[in-house]
Amino acid sequence: MFGIPIQALFGQLLLGLINGAFYAMLSLGLAVIFGLLGIANFTHGALYMMGAFCAWFLLNLFGIGYWPSLILAPIIVGLFGILLERVFLRWIRNIDHLYGLMLTLGLAQIIEGVFRDQYGSSGKPYAIPAELTGGYNLGFMFLPTYRAWVIVLSMIVCFGTWFLIERTKLGAYLRAATENPVLVQAFGINVPRLVTLTYGFGVALAALAGVMAAPIYQVSPLMGTNILIVVIAVVVIGGMGSILGSIITGFSLGLIEGLTKVFWPEASSTVIFVIMAIVLLVKPSGLFGRAS
Amino acid sequence: MADGGSVTNALLQVDDLNGWYGESHVLHGMSFVVGEGELVTLLGRNGAGKTTTLRGVMGILGQRRGSVRFAGAELIDQPSNVIAKAGIAYCPEERGIFASLNVEENLMLPPIVRPGGMTVEEIYAIFPNLAERRRSQGTRLSGGEQQMLAIARILRTGARLLLLDEPTEGLAPVIVQQIGALISTLKEKGFTILLVEQNFHFAATLADRFYVVEHGRVIDTIAAADLAASGPKLREYLGV
Repeated sequence: MFGIPIQALFGQLLLGLINGAFYAMLSLGLAVIFGLLGIANFTHGALYMMGAFCAWFLLNLFGIGYWPSLILAPIIVGLFGILLERVFLRWIRNIDHLYGLMLTLGLAQIIEGVFRDQYGSSGKPYAIPAELTGGYNLGFMFLPTYRAWVIVLSMIVCFGTWFLIERTKLGAYLRAATENPVLVQAFGINVPRLVTLTYGFGVALAALAGVMAAPIYQVSPLMGTNILIVVIAVVVIGGMGSILGSIITGFSLGLIEGLTKVFWPEASSTVIFVIMAIVLLVKPSGLFGRAS
Repeated sequence: MADGGSVTNALLQVDDLNGWYGESHVLHGMSFVVGEGELVTLLGRNGAGKTTTLRGVMGILGQRRGSVRFAGAELIDQPSNVIAKAGIAYCPEERGIFASLNVEENLMLPPIVRPGGMTVEEIYAIFPNLAERRRSQGTRLSGGEQQMLAIARILRTGARLLLLDEPTEGLAPVIVQQIGALISTLKEKGFTILLVEQNFHFAATLADRFYVVEHGRVIDTIAAADLAASGPKLREYLGV
């Protein structure tokens, strides 16, 4: 097709879909946090990295493998997020959003600095769990089992999060508090606690993505910085605070990035930012955002 | 007590309530009483502090001082979610219908604070329009329907005291009549109501007692029975 070997095309599409799965999970957490806290959480990349490191520690210090880590790492890092919210973010809720951006950016630098100081910049390998090694020959391409698992799991997590927010009572509290926290609290709902739990949930999503990424990208202190810039662009394109927008935009932009790698490799790392610039010019509130 | 001395079964007792929006001091010692089962109206010109008083009772002012006792318990230092759980429900002037929730989600949003609230079936029987449009986005309702929804959703919770802020504002006369009938019904059902109302003629037919508010304090109390005799005085207070 267009002089491109079909294996290369599908190979890049698969890579794109994998990247898209991580973009979607990370931008989803960012969107939930931005919606309720009004903070563009620049610590998100560092927390994703902590998720991966947490899985690595669990394995190398305690012999706890991948499957328990999928549950344990999001809980541990989520609790760390709750601590961050209680100790730092809570105090800047009612002032300009710019302070939240600066504070979370600073926290990310500190966290990454500590990890880099302790573990260097090189990646640490994390083995694919035995159950998910190997792959399937689909005829037109080879599909590694672990990558298929990442795509399926991320889709389930994204759908589950969407369902939780858009179709449940707890989600109704969250949506209502995003619109008018004062009134929701005056109805008897403990909004400060809802804010803390929401931040913890968004952080846990990032940590889960980190665990899932560990066998693919290796575990490195800088893995979060590299992906966060792209994820911020995804959130801007999808529309700040839009749940469905983050999911669809995350997967789509991963695919577009993959396709660009096939047809114009030099542009592949730039294409998302070009799209972001165009979207900002044409529809500043994002593709799925509500103009406020 | 400077006023309301005749009330023996006070459900809400506000004493020397001071309130601030940021730096600006808006309530200057509000004192009044609402008895169990009473319907009391705060009257006053624009900017007198009526809405701020409701926000002060509900605990959603930046800063408040004084005393707000409800069913005997002091609530001045409590956050608004605790005040709501004590049994006070608030229907704000701007109605506060959530755009990202449908009609039924809006209706079901406030948690039950005590047993004995109205059931969803009872509420839908009173508000058939809301039942028909339960899947519509909350803010797609007409202004009158949104007002009905804003009142309806606080009837489920079991709260004994309803704070209603200007429920007739901006609504057509026929809707105003419906809201008036609704408020009478609620009173018959035993709800205690503190009403803020610009529309004096609307409030005149409903309330047991009137507090006249000016510059963030109560300057006069008028019982419903004395309303006719107080006409000239009221016209002066309210400039109507």
